[in-house]
Amino acid sequence: MDNKKLYGCAAIYNTPDEILSAAKEVRNSGYKKFDVHSPYPIHGMPKAMNLPPSKLGYAALIFGLSGAITALLLTFWISAIDYPLVIGGKPFFSFPAYIPVIFEVTVLSASVATVITMLFIFFKLPNNAHPLNDTEYMKKVSSDKYGIVIQADDDIFNESVVIDFLRKTGASEVFPIYFNDEELSVKPKILEPKFLLFLTATAIFTSGITYFTLNKLLYMTPFNWMMEQPKLNPQHSSIIFKDGFGMRTPVEGTVARGHLPYAFKNKPEDAGKYLVNPLPVSKSVLQLGQKKYDIYCSPCHGYHGEGDSRLRGQFPNPPSLHSEKVRNWSDGRIFHVITEGQNIMPSYSSQLTEDERWAIIHYIRVLQRSLNAKETDLQ
Amino acid sequence: MNHNAEISYIKKNIPSKVKSLGISLLIIGMLGIILSYYFDTARSAYNNIIIFLFLISIGVGSLFLISIEYLSGAVWSVPFRRIPEFLAGIILTLPIIVLPLIFNMSNVFEWLHPEILKIDELLKSKAPYLNQNFFIVRIFVFISIWLIFFYFLLRNSIKQDENKDQALTKKNIKFSAAFMPFFAITITFTAIDWLMSLEPHWFSTIFGVYYFSGSVLAALASSTIAIVLLNEKGYLLKGLSNDHYYSLGALLFAFVNFWAYIAFSQYLLIWYANLPEETIWFLNRWQGSWIYFSIGLIIIHFVVPYFGLLSQPSKMNPKRLLLMSIWILFAHYYDLFWLAIPNYSKNQVIFSWNEISFLVFAIGLLIIIFYAFANKFNLVPIGDPKLKRGIDFRL
Repeated sequence: MDNKKLYGCAAIYNTPDEILSAAKEVRNSGYKKFDVHSPYPIHGMPKAMNLPPSKLGYAALIFGLSGAITALLLTFWISAIDYPLVIGGKPFFSFPAYIPVIFEVTVLSASVATVITMLFIFFKLPNNAHPLNDTEYMKKVSSDKYGIVIQADDDIFNESVVIDFLRKTGASEVFPIYFNDEELSVKPKILEPKFLLFLTATAIFTSGITYFTLNKLLYMTPFNWMMEQPKLNPQHSSIIFKDGFGMRTPVEGTVARGHLPYAFKNKPEDAGKYLVNPLPVSKSVLQLGQKKYDIYCSPCHGYHGEGDSRLRGQFPNPPSLHSEKVRNWSDGRIFHVITEGQNIMPSYSSQLTEDERWAIIHYIRVLQRSLNAKETDLQ
Repeated sequence: MNHNAEISYIKKNIPSKVKSLGISLLIIGMLGIILSYYFDTARSAYNNIIIFLFLISIGVGSLFLISIEYLSGAVWSVPFRRIPEFLAGIILTLPIIVLPLIFNMSNVFEWLHPEILKIDELLKSKAPYLNQNFFIVRIFVFISIWLIFFYFLLRNSIKQDENKDQALTKKNIKFSAAFMPFFAITITFTAIDWLMSLEPHWFSTIFGVYYFSGSVLAALASSTIAIVLLNEKGYLLKGLSNDHYYSLGALLFAFVNFWAYIAFSQYLLIWYANLPEETIWFLNRWQGSWIYFSIGLIIIHFVVPYFGLLSQPSKMNPKRLLLMSIWILFAHYYDLFWLAIPNYSKNQVIFSWNEISFLVFAIGLLIIIFYAFANKFNLVPIGDPKLKRGIDFRL
């Protein structure tokens, strides 16, 4: 108890109304260095103490705005640049989805940073020593009482005068507060170079580990297999083949599906002998035959195969399909004519597939029977 | 025993100027409404829905404010509790305002038409709820529930002026507690019936809360207008200070934010899920000139009141508070307009004498009702045991 110095005179009050009027009286009496302590903020106190408007709001604004901008950049960078995923068919940068994140980060950074700023400015962090700390006075005013302290270094401070004055303002208790100078001058350990070095090393280590874990150990390439498949697109080069061409010429003798080469070129008689109509006579086959006949054959041969073309003499009329010659031809012989052409009739092999040709032949047989029916047909 | 011994209240009547203003607005609006119904029934029916819900917002929202005060044991709002009590009197007129709607329902509601019901499976499955008889029964049951609670809450409060009986406050607390679940259910289903069923295929589970947030704002704003006007002219008790104004402003500010929160929640979920049957509702409000109206809703209903009420001095300044309250009341009308009219006029915002006459009528009606109650009863609940504490209230 040697180095005790007088810090100031404290007064304790029981109600917020008393402390409000007391603060006004203290201010009016000309004291400059005094402070009021209460368990919760009392509205009207800044006015009673004649304090200028608090500038803490600006700190909140700045931190809130920087939190908002940080959150916007963070969400933008994550979901539009670094790891773009298509979510719900939305564009990579879809602002409405970011609003909740931005809101939360804004509120968080504004409130936390405001409290920290307040601690730094008003309590002079990192130095947390204060003469009032760990006193009976502080215990009271942080639970259910209200207190005023007039500091001893005020210009017009006089201990006995102040104590009398505070008593008059309606204080329930008035007492002086002493403090130990040495205790206050202890430098905070937080600023020692050793600690700062340790802090820096820890920060670098932790962020290094985090970076390594997230970017190397746990990294997964974004899913874009729909876009990048291991197949070769047309007209693209290939590294597999020596000549660098992606497209290859087929092996000799390769035949495209449904395009077998015609075996009886210029051999109409052989075609008539060896080719057999593979299609059964059925309704669907005949309907196909009729359809194709009406499209490709009827313009010259006529709808009924009588050679009555609709070409009005612009093209020589073909002979009738009802002639005895054609009637006695085998299916293969007619197939040969359709495939190769005959006289001025061109080949129809590019317009009609093989099956369609066979179907047309069935339909021609039907036409022929309609004019030259067998006796059995009439029974 | 008597806490209010030192309070002396001398009742001052509101000048009859106000009454003639109200009556002239009412008559002008009435003429406009009759002409409007004569020329364009469907459009008038939509406007009728808007002012019907606008008045429900103020009336039932005021009942909510009274009940909240009783339930939370708030003292700061006691000196001007009469104002929401009088404003809740608008509930008395609701059965009359809903009548033209009952006769013109088929102009507005798609689900009423049997030929649509025949081909529409979805509406057919909703028919047990959305059918004319049940619908009409529902709204009258709701109105009678509100009337019952309005009658008892006001009667006890008035009775207390004379006999200063504290037991009446306790009774009203019980009524308020009973009112809360009824309020939640009725306000939700009112919103669903009259606004959501305008587009019967569309649905949103948050819609009731959306309307609730707007309705409390409207009740609070209209009460604040009356409180500031009356207090600045000295009709209320002396001693109401910045702290009371600040509390009103803070509550307004809180509900402005609450509305924005709910509105954005509704938008975000629908935008995210991107289901055609849900997004169509917003797309209808994003077509033609409605897009500007929709963007205007964000600015009028959130941005302007937010910055207007943000700072502490602005909540304590009576002029600013009055301005913002009028603005918020208008914003609620704007909100209801945005909810209802796109179903009538697709692609194009319409606003003409039809809309104005309905709005003028609603304002006139509010003034008349308030005037009638204010001249009949005390403007301050002088018998309330919390009155003295309410006047001495400091933050």
